[in-house]
Amino acid sequence: MKPVLLIDFGSTYTKITAVDVDAEQILGTAQSYTTIETDIINGLNNALAILREKIGNIEFQEQYACSSAAGGLRMVAIGLVPELTAKAARQASLGAGAKVLKTYSYELTEKDLQEIDQINPDICLLTGGTDGGNKENIVYNAHMLAKAKNNFPIIIAGNRNCSDQCEEILKDKQTYVCENVMPRLDIPNVEPVQKKIRSLFLEQIVKAKGLSNAEQLIQGILMPTPSAMLTAMKLLAKGTKTESGIGDLVGVDLGGATTDIYSMSFGLPTTGMTALKGLREEYAKRTVEGDIGMRYSIHGIVDATDISRVSELSGLDEERCKELIDYLGTHTDVVPSDDDAELEAIDYALASLAIEVAVTRHAGRLEQYYSPMGISYMQTGKDLTAVKTVVVTGGALIHTKRTAEIASHALFSPIDAFSLKPKDAEVLVDRKYILAAMGLLSTEYPDVALRIMKKELVKDGND
Amino acid sequence: MEKKKLVLGVIGADVHAVGNAILNRAFLDAGFDVTNLGVLVPQEEFIKAAVEVGADAIIVSSLYGQGEIDCTGMREKCDEAGLKGILLYAGGNLVVGKVPVEEIERRYKAMGFDRAFGPGTDPQVTIDCLKKDFGIE
Repeated sequence: MKPVLLIDFGSTYTKITAVDVDAEQILGTAQSYTTIETDIINGLNNALAILREKIGNIEFQEQYACSSAAGGLRMVAIGLVPELTAKAARQASLGAGAKVLKTYSYELTEKDLQEIDQINPDICLLTGGTDGGNKENIVYNAHMLAKAKNNFPIIIAGNRNCSDQCEEILKDKQTYVCENVMPRLDIPNVEPVQKKIRSLFLEQIVKAKGLSNAEQLIQGILMPTPSAMLTAMKLLAKGTKTESGIGDLVGVDLGGATTDIYSMSFGLPTTGMTALKGLREEYAKRTVEGDIGMRYSIHGIVDATDISRVSELSGLDEERCKELIDYLGTHTDVVPSDDDAELEAIDYALASLAIEVAVTRHAGRLEQYYSPMGISYMQTGKDLTAVKTVVVTGGALIHTKRTAEIASHALFSPIDAFSLKPKDAEVLVDRKYILAAMGLLSTEYPDVALRIMKKELVKDGND
Repeated sequence: MEKKKLVLGVIGADVHAVGNAILNRAFLDAGFDVTNLGVLVPQEEFIKAAVEVGADAIIVSSLYGQGEIDCTGMREKCDEAGLKGILLYAGGNLVVGKVPVEEIERRYKAMGFDRAFGPGTDPQVTIDCLKKDFGIE
């Protein structure tokens, strides 16, 4: 037996998963409140005490952690054109597991600068211009950032022909020059930036956030939690050299404050006469809907859809829906019990709509054109219609019996036929909440992590 | 000397891809740095691309007769986007019906284009014009 402990220091809960690497199985899971205000170790010890009650006193040979505590990895992204470098910068940051508080395009204003100072991000990503392209904008923005009061790290990843100049302008700041996030039009190059973000997270941010106390006890906080999720999903889709993956997939993590959507697919057109437009998509893509969540962002779900749809799906009248939504928005720790049919119904409706909105925003779209050669199409974003698996996680999805029903709202709908969501996909449920843990485990034991996921993720939520 | 940067594409709902591929090749061979947006390109996409790559000229093709509608207001949008004075060319079957080349040029120049080329123009003609307008050779 080789017991390994995987820890996720979440913003609210510290979740731990014990795995026997030799037997390739989960020994047990537990959670307790995160204690960032005092010492993050307290919360971990509380969770460990709960775990010991379940599985006995096991000596762990290795321990790995990820963290989204203390606000997660907070970033701002700056680019030139909103749909081009600004989007590429945002996408690169999200893919590295960051929480992107704001994305700026064109020239920064004094107000923007004040806002950035106020946000005081863990990292600021400065981009703009293709290689050999526009220089004025990124140089202007470098001059603006040089005036910032706070000394946050700045990654310079724009037009390579002026990175030296930007570095010079920002010489009083902590700067890191990286390859351009979009060296040629529409072709993003996110990996060098993401590598830099990861190393800054490990070297500085963990320490700055008071998480390093935990490092004496464990081998290290390896990555931000969303990055662990992304790693797990990528592994599940692609597999390893020795163990095959399950192929392209869409992942849904429905939380209280945000909804994260992942897709592991190139999403190239699946129908003929289709021209692909806009920024090329990464195989592993993550989007975060900051206005869509089951508690803190509950009103965002209604704003993005309509109260009539909540009413229709829950079977409750609109007035009652509004009352319950207000109640849940302020009582963020309420989890519907089995005997409360009303709360169960409203949570079902809200979760369904949250997924519908978030996946629609994540997936690509088709536009139809009439040309002398007949009907043709223009695709922006990813075509996910051929994806065969939807993996779901998050409290609202794994603690209900209607997971499959809720998850079906991630699928293609003839009502919105130009939204390229999966047409015919099987739903896999992360019942034990192990995805982030498996992402961590995969850094040392990818085959084991993959086989455990294949075993533990259950079809339609049924054991 | 740095290569001059061109943004190339077929505007509007036009899907004529062959001429676009030929122009792309010809401009590359002539030593330009070409960003080819392909077919079905809205005005805004030409402009966004030109801003980001820092283009010296935008070359618009239109083969399906709707060019005048598609190109209207493009110069104004360029000005708005900070691309003041960028070289704007249009070429192809730019208008409906049999219209003399001089008339086509007149109409497109009135819209703010620097040059307009009729059907069957040899790419070399356009390349020569570009070199002249850039003041190279």
